[in-house]
Amino acid sequence: MSESLYEIVIGLEVHVQLATQTKLFCRCSTQYGAPPNTQTCPVCLAMPGSLPVMNRTAFQLGLKTACALNLQIPNFTKWDRKNYYYPDLPKGYQISQYDLPMSQDGFLLITDPKGQFEPRKVGIIRAHLEEDAGKSMHDEAAGKADSRIDLNRTGTPLLEIVSEPDMRSPLEAKAYLTELKLILEYLGVSDCNMQEGSLRVDANVNLHLQTPEGKVATPIVEIKNMNSFRAVERAIAFEAERQYEVWLETKQKIGDVAKQTRGWDDQAQVTRAQRYKEESSDYRYFPEPDLAPVTTTDEEIAAVKAELGELPRQIRDRLEAQYKIPAYDADVIVNQGQTTVNYYETLAKNSGDGKLASNWVQQEVLRVLKERSLEIDAFPISTERLAELVKAVAGKEIDGTRAKDVFAEMLDSGKSAPEVMKEMGIEKVDDSELENLCRELLEANPKVLADLKEGTHKAVGALIGQAKKKNPNIDPGTFRQMCIDMSAKM
Amino acid sequence: MSLIHASAAQLLTQLESGEITSVELTKACLAQIDVADKQVGAFLKVMSESALEQAESVDTRRKKGEKLGRLAGVPVAIKDLLCTKGETTTCASKMLENFVPPYDATVIAKLKAADAVLIGKTNMDEFAMGGSTENSALGVTRNPWDLKCVPGGSSGGAAACLAASMAPLSIGTDTGGSIRQPASFCGVVGLKPTYGVVSRFGLIAFASSLDQIGPMARTAEDAAILLEAIAGYDPHDSTSANVKTPAYSQSVKQPLKGLRLGVVKEHFGDGLDSEVEQATREAINVYKSLGATVTDVSLPHSKYGIAVYYIIAPSEASSNLARFDGAHYGHRTNEAAMLEQLAQERAALEAAGDEVGLAKLDTSLVRMYRQSRAEGFGPEVKRRIMLGTYTLSAGYYDAYYLKALKVRRLIRQDYDAAFKDVDLVIGPTAPTPSFAAGTKTDDPLSMYLGDLYTVTANLAGIGGISIPCGFSKAGLPIGLQLQGPPLAEERLLQAAHMFQTATDWHQRRPELS
Amino acid sequence: MSLSQDDVKKVSLLSRLLLTEEELTTMTEQMSDIVGYVEQLNELDTTDVEPMAHAVEQFNVFAADERAPSLSRDEALANAPKRDDECFRVPAVLGE
Ligand SMILES: [Zn+2]
Repeated sequence: MSESLYEIVIGLEVHVQLATQTKLFCRCSTQYGAPPNTQTCPVCLAMPGSLPVMNRTAFQLGLKTACALNLQIPNFTKWDRKNYYYPDLPKGYQISQYDLPMSQDGFLLITDPKGQFEPRKVGIIRAHLEEDAGKSMHDEAAGKADSRIDLNRTGTPLLEIVSEPDMRSPLEAKAYLTELKLILEYLGVSDCNMQEGSLRVDANVNLHLQTPEGKVATPIVEIKNMNSFRAVERAIAFEAERQYEVWLETKQKIGDVAKQTRGWDDQAQVTRAQRYKEESSDYRYFPEPDLAPVTTTDEEIAAVKAELGELPRQIRDRLEAQYKIPAYDADVIVNQGQTTVNYYETLAKNSGDGKLASNWVQQEVLRVLKERSLEIDAFPISTERLAELVKAVAGKEIDGTRAKDVFAEMLDSGKSAPEVMKEMGIEKVDDSELENLCRELLEANPKVLADLKEGTHKAVGALIGQAKKKNPNIDPGTFRQMCIDMSAKM
Repeated sequence: MSLIHASAAQLLTQLESGEITSVELTKACLAQIDVADKQVGAFLKVMSESALEQAESVDTRRKKGEKLGRLAGVPVAIKDLLCTKGETTTCASKMLENFVPPYDATVIAKLKAADAVLIGKTNMDEFAMGGSTENSALGVTRNPWDLKCVPGGSSGGAAACLAASMAPLSIGTDTGGSIRQPASFCGVVGLKPTYGVVSRFGLIAFASSLDQIGPMARTAEDAAILLEAIAGYDPHDSTSANVKTPAYSQSVKQPLKGLRLGVVKEHFGDGLDSEVEQATREAINVYKSLGATVTDVSLPHSKYGIAVYYIIAPSEASSNLARFDGAHYGHRTNEAAMLEQLAQERAALEAAGDEVGLAKLDTSLVRMYRQSRAEGFGPEVKRRIMLGTYTLSAGYYDAYYLKALKVRRLIRQDYDAAFKDVDLVIGPTAPTPSFAAGTKTDDPLSMYLGDLYTVTANLAGIGGISIPCGFSKAGLPIGLQLQGPPLAEERLLQAAHMFQTATDWHQRRPELS
Repeated sequence: MSLSQDDVKKVSLLSRLLLTEEELTTMTEQMSDIVGYVEQLNELDTTDVEPMAHAVEQFNVFAADERAPSLSRDEALANAPKRDDECFRVPAVLGE
């Protein structure tokens, strides 16, 4: 690795499909997966004479997102045409926003509870609305030189969110995307399904190098075609290495060559140059004459903000404070989404032990969900029932290992914790019984007793196994402490 | 008066009273088309069959005593750039020669709802770009008053079919004068309403911020009747005016008391034909005799109208016409021949070792676009697409497009100031009467200058009307233009009707052999 | 200002038009004429003038997010110069 030799500079452009019923400028369905060319009308087919009419919900979802990303919302915004020819863009222009976007100048805070990077405020340049293009498919099977065009997607509402080049590692880029996706999901503004194209990421990457002549920036490369966050991470890492090699060879600086676009090949795990078109950058933006501009009052913006609800960052902070759990735990729970947070909070409240509840959610509940590919709302054990078990563990009625057996039984049988514990003969061992057992074993093992008296506490381990054989219900932690305490008095 | 010369107002009365039937009227119009259109060429398509069916259906429903629409049984001609479901809609272009829209323009839907008889599609300059209808790729239209002369344009067929008594009503569109100038050249009435009064949904766009559909007729009263049928708010057009449609057909007959007219000084300058000037001044005197007060007004920035227009209109057009690329509808070049040609070009470049040339060679997709558009569009359309692409391109936007948008506001402000003192402004519609075909086709700029008095209304978004006010010595009609503040269509129509009660220019008909 | 033949050639690609050498020459002359004419706007000082992009200034025109029927596929593809059972067909977008 050559990390010390350069700094990676990353900016991300994210396209998010907004969760509307209909397209941005016509009332065709946005439902994914329909047969080709069955969700079109004169407007999204760009039939001569057709005109766009703006979807109110799309604009509202855009406002909501902008508020959540701390973006400034100007009182006036307008539509512009971005002109270029492509067969999946039947009008020959995309309706987008150019110089007066609906929001600009915001930020997103990213942190890593594992401490792999310092907390960072990633600037967001702008978020604007635009329409999606259709789909072109190359017909390789037929061996013909044709592309096939499906216009179902044409006109689907997108929010383009453009970050500042503020990220410095593939890990930070991934964290930014994860947090962004989480916010969008909490807001309910998008389903963020990358496989269905509801969330798409392009990355702008270059390097800053220290040279004897001072700090130098390499040419910016835009990476496309990354279809998972993992792919984004890998593509950026690959690209950084590649750009460093190119720099060593050519010494090309930013501005020496035109901005290059490269596609990520997930199979080969490399980026490849995309075909370069000389005049492709002249989009001839101009105000869309077919659409009216939009004004938003300060009161309307305040109302949107008031209705946002709690965002992931705020929930994490609250869980930490309210349930006394570490930042790492709050992060894991919140990153699972709102329903997991709800599940956790009910469990924590009913069991009366926030940290223990957190452990059970992270280690057991999430594991089972993953193994069984379930959503949390379909989890077989209700929070009330799981709380009974957690409460038993907290009250030392049962040790952790046996509690897991009870949990497994509850999962399959649908029985309650007390029922299962009763069947398994689990009951709390009372203190005098435990004291007797302790004394008995210490007396039978003078070597252990001697070690304990010298302060070698690990020696007690040998007794726990024997104790468990005599009474499986003992709590190992309590037993251990009792042995230590008692040895001092013997 | 024979059916074909009668006004729509008269025809509606006769239809209602049962004196005539729609089938009789439609047959009379079709017969006149049969005779006259061989010389005039106003129609690209005569919809005889469907028109007669529609007429019959109206007659039947009338007999049954059903409630009918406000244009029930009256033939209306349609400029061939309004999408008509199931009927080819061509824009007089090879590009759309075989294009059949799957939907009706709002205006077409309204005409159908009004039980009008759609009699045919009229010729025009290709994509409404031109002032003589000579830019049509699909037909030649001549002026019924002199077959050597042009009918004006771009709504040339729409105006000519009225003058030649082939239909009592027709629909035109006006982006820089395309209703008013042909109305002037053909001696008929043409109204360009305030932007937004008539829905543009289904109108094949030339310049979206300037285009407006309007009524054309032989009398102001008929124009009012037709406007009432097609105007109104349309949720499918975001630029549609959300206002209640006045009862134009009722108010048109009420004379205006104390009408204040402003004579536009700048419309009487260099380039104005002396016969046109004289007719216009006489028309102003007619208004004085009707009790109007007349003062001079100034529209100081109107001289920049053509320059502003020939930046904004081509810029919007270059984008609006991008959809005509042979991919989803419209003309596509012969692909086999195109690929063959491309292969030859590549071979030649390879043989010459021309690396730069090879790198620049079109892909087959790009060549499909370029070749299809080169074949599908005529020279004027290409010129405007090129011009608009240039004025919007990187580095030129501020100097041309943005500058034009700013001067556009100054033009609007001139009007706002003028309308503080007067109700309407008055002047000639066009600097000259019609001219002989072929005389201006090689000099686009001189053709553009013919729009001098009309374009500013489009730029400002206000309404304007042209009405016949005399004839040149050569026997060609001359048009008088009135322009009003936003949404003053009632006032424009009333003023036009007043004039027609005092004059008979609008009653004259050309003699076709 | 006059345009060079090369400028016009670039614009023809941007416009997706293919012009013959002869058309290119005529187009260059005519565009230079028109561009020369429109440059009279430079006489005007428009520093403080707001641009006017719409003929009538309106704001906030929206439609409700409620589905309306789409066209059938056959209607959508009816005017296609080249199609198959499902899609429009065009020469390969990737080029060769
Ligand atoms: Zn649609």
